[in-house]
Amino acid sequence: MIFFDRVSKIYPDTSVAVQNVTLTIEPEEFVSIVGQSGAGKTTLLKMLLAEEKPSEGQVFYESTDIHTLKKQEINDYRRKIGMVFQDFRLLPDKTIFENIAFTMEAAGRSDEEIQSDVPYVLELVDLSAKIWNFPHELSGGEKQRVAIARALVNQPDIIIADEPTGNLDPENTYDVVQILKKINDLGTTVILTTHNQGVIDSLNKRVIAMDKGRIIRDDKEGKYFI
Amino acid sequence: MFWTNAKRIIRTGFFNFWRNGTVSLASVLIMMVTLFVIGFLIFGSAILNTSLSELRNKVDINVTFIPTAAEDDILAIKHSLENLPEVSLVTYVSRADALEAFKQRHANDQSILAALGELSDNPLGATLNIKAKDPSQYEAIAQFLGSKNTISPSGVTILDHVNYYQNKVAIDKLTRIIAAAHRLGFAITLAFVLISVLISFNTIRLTIYIAKDEISVMRLVGASTAYIQGPFVVVGVIYGLMAAILTLFIFLPMTYWLGQVTQNFFIGLNIFSYYLHNLPQIFFLIVVSGILIGGISSILAIRKYLKV
Repeated sequence: MIFFDRVSKIYPDTSVAVQNVTLTIEPEEFVSIVGQSGAGKTTLLKMLLAEEKPSEGQVFYESTDIHTLKKQEINDYRRKIGMVFQDFRLLPDKTIFENIAFTMEAAGRSDEEIQSDVPYVLELVDLSAKIWNFPHELSGGEKQRVAIARALVNQPDIIIADEPTGNLDPENTYDVVQILKKINDLGTTVILTTHNQGVIDSLNKRVIAMDKGRIIRDDKEGKYFI
Repeated sequence: MFWTNAKRIIRTGFFNFWRNGTVSLASVLIMMVTLFVIGFLIFGSAILNTSLSELRNKVDINVTFIPTAAEDDILAIKHSLENLPEVSLVTYVSRADALEAFKQRHANDQSILAALGELSDNPLGATLNIKAKDPSQYEAIAQFLGSKNTISPSGVTILDHVNYYQNKVAIDKLTRIIAAAHRLGFAITLAFVLISVLISFNTIRLTIYIAKDEISVMRLVGASTAYIQGPFVVVGVIYGLMAAILTLFIFLPMTYWLGQVTQNFFIGLNIFSYYLHNLPQIFFLIVVSGILIGGISSILAIRKYLKV
């Protein structure tokens, strides 16, 4: 499904973020990427999102090299991916409903679909009561659940969660991981980057460890170990 | 789909305008300054143009003929003057009219009137009063009068004198001042317009800078350029529209207050009646300027953040 073919990313100041990474991710997999800050996890995800271009190598989604896509094709491609960020990145001037509706509008969905799907997806993350609140009125855990709902609403093929529990307390961390697991059980590929040992150890899924831009381990059912 | 998107973009634009109340208010106020300057450009050029044309009307050439000149010869000259492209109006003042005007001018001066009564004949010659289309053209007209055309068929010149040569220095100076005032006025106001447009542009740029993280999130959820840009352009247009309407309203009491001053100070132009009289054009100019400045500033400012 996703294939990194000997990918390197060297920034103009010659710092090497990712070095010769070859990696395959199958459909419906739950993959955790671990590593210290600066190990290259986020750069890898940015290249998958077509936010950054690799300096060498290619990134394939199914059989398409995503860095040959045109602007409109990139928009279409990004709609197949749901993103969850550490800092939530909700739109502060929009209500929770509008935050999620925006993603659907961007994908060209009808008003009827939006009216039915947004409440449904908020129910999935147990936030129906906050539908007309603004992000600043929510706790960190609630914001992250909204972000997951937003990532989910277009029924993406992949969910990418970049340190989603980084700003959360243990209880909210547990909730977020459970939601991600549920999403994966329903057939969506999940790519998770994290520092949280507890999260990795509880998942018992594939773990890829990175260090200095290289993959140093790739275990089918791994534990947190760098 | 197009209409659905357009509807969503406009709705989002209105929401954004309303929810960022303070930023919107500040932007509208800044934009009003720009539109004020544009308004002053319009009023300024109206005042300048009216003053200039009034001044121009005051410049003319008087050609006085000798008292024995035949009226037909003078009218022939008048006719040929009227055929010149530079000439806008030629008025003939006959000897009798000139005498009448002279008597009226000196109605209170008995000694002059008595002296005039002593003379057996009317001592005044007929005159032609010539107005050119442009002050710079008096030179050409004076040259024409100095040429052979003005000699009567009998071969004797019938011109007594042309007052152009006496007024030449004053006329030349006025012509230069008029031209310079026009150029300078235009350059200064244009500079002001440019500066205030830049300030407006920068204000809008700042409002978009605040939203740059949101823009990148929109990009990452797969929103198209038009869909991200649209609401910002709508907000820019609302800024422009609101600022234009407020400016036009404020011009009402302002021009009313300034009306009497301008009428007395500048030659005859009441700025309030000028404003009311030309309201549709001024409304159109101000509103279109506001919308264009707001809309184009938004498009230019957001481009930078759309590269994700």
